[in-house]
Amino acid sequence: MKRETMINALLALGLLAVPLWALIADEPFYITLATRVAIFALAGVGLNIAIGLGGLVSFGHAAFFGLGGYAMGVLASHAQSYTPMMEWPFLIEGSNSMPVIWITAVIASGLAALVIGALSLRTAGVYFIMITLAFGQMLYYFTISWPAYGGEDGLSIYIRNGFPGLNTLDPIQFFAITFVILGLALVFSTLLAKSPFGLALNAARQSSERVETIGITPYRLRLTAFVISGMITGLAGALFADLNRFVSPTMFSWQTSGEIMVFIILGGTARLFGPVAGAALFIALEQVLGGLSDYWHIYLGLLLLCVVLFARGGIIGTLAGEEARHD
Amino acid sequence: MSLLSLTNVSAFYGASQALFKVNLHIDQGAVVALMGRNGMGKSTTIKVLCRMLPLAGGDIQFDGHDLRRVPSYKAARLGLGLVPEGRRCFANLTVEENLIAASRQGHWDLNQVAELFPRLRERHNQSAASLSGGEQQMLAIGRALMTNPRLLILDEATEGLAPIVRQEIWAAIAKLKRETGLSILVVDKSLRELATVADEAVVLQRGETVWHGPINALTSDITNRYIGV
Repeated sequence: MKRETMINALLALGLLAVPLWALIADEPFYITLATRVAIFALAGVGLNIAIGLGGLVSFGHAAFFGLGGYAMGVLASHAQSYTPMMEWPFLIEGSNSMPVIWITAVIASGLAALVIGALSLRTAGVYFIMITLAFGQMLYYFTISWPAYGGEDGLSIYIRNGFPGLNTLDPIQFFAITFVILGLALVFSTLLAKSPFGLALNAARQSSERVETIGITPYRLRLTAFVISGMITGLAGALFADLNRFVSPTMFSWQTSGEIMVFIILGGTARLFGPVAGAALFIALEQVLGGLSDYWHIYLGLLLLCVVLFARGGIIGTLAGEEARHD
Repeated sequence: MSLLSLTNVSAFYGASQALFKVNLHIDQGAVVALMGRNGMGKSTTIKVLCRMLPLAGGDIQFDGHDLRRVPSYKAARLGLGLVPEGRRCFANLTVEENLIAASRQGHWDLNQVAELFPRLRERHNQSAASLSGGEQQMLAIGRALMTNPRLLILDEATEGLAPIVRQEIWAAIAKLKRETGLSILVVDKSLRELATVADEAVVLQRGETVWHGPINALTSDITNRYIGV
């Protein structure tokens, strides 16, 4: 077995083992931590399709994370207050069913990614980074100034949304949902990378002109990848909102975009399990260093600096000891 | 039946004119050699044909389509299969991935390409960057074939390769012609090998077609004057 495959398997087992141990030891807090890791990793898996596979350094993925979150917040708040979202021209009611919320989140973030991508993909490099950032910030300020859904204070949802056949309030069951979704996203991500679409996307990252000579339009490829990427991050946003039973404009802020990117860089860009390793390390550091000092981000910054300077393959790259084929 | 015709094609690099009056005609199933000294416009003609350089004047008709306003990816989809100068494989993909990325429905698939170039089958899991020059050339040809082109365009396909590898490439081109009847436009410097595979030749001089006809009708007078061999 390849070393990287082994590391990936260990990571997956580790992420499963922590909450199982916590269940036995009756430490539900750690189950919630593992759930956060799974959700952040899912957001990272989405962004990794754009950055790792497509070479599209999006600094605005908080837009999709936030839209996913607000899809949950808006639907659930209407369900909780028994008020319809819309009565005319047709009746739309709120919902507290997770599958309905997930589908809404995926569609909303997919549409947003289509619009944001269609405009920003006409540029490249630093302009692309800035335009995606600008779209994220636009949504951030929009939610702040939208009193109907809490404005700056956000929205609290009192009951966790339901999933048929499961008690989602039970931490381990909610963890199981996020873990399965993360697993599916990782499988999808692998299949995508190996499909003709993924290979062409990877080739376009190397040279746009060359892929055109084989009859492929880089713009369309990248837009499709950007939409898929946004949808996955949007789904993560919906799960994150459900975990906290709270949404606020912070989900849209550029810090959130930065954090999702940090997961990928720490774990290893373009590595399948990079976001999982990165999110796990991030949460671990937050717990350990956060206990020592409120300013734990300084240490995170130092670590990030070291990774970028000395271990560009991130955790996975360093442990697997081989260059990423898709670097 | 006519597959491709370039009529009085002209083109510019910025302000300087590179092509003045290129005329080139390829019949279905024909192998045509595009010849001329360095800097006479062979590669520029190919760039214009593949829509990588804007056309300033003249006409390009390919398989019943007007190529004048077509972007390069569409030209490729209509059936222009380019093997670019300098090979230009996707270095970050493996051999097989290079081929899959380009694949489109048709006769050519991974097996067909491996049959033409058995060495690619041996190296299918290797990164394209780790291949020798000759193997990269085979991969570049294979990649163009995977798009199932109507016309294969080989730009300096044997340049910088060892003689034995060049022979392999020429043998593959001859096999393509013999067994598939694919139309081919080939740019190369070695007249001797060209004469073995090409039916016709078009000679360029300073961005203009100065001679065209059956390749075996090329006299030493013409080759001395325009090609320098």
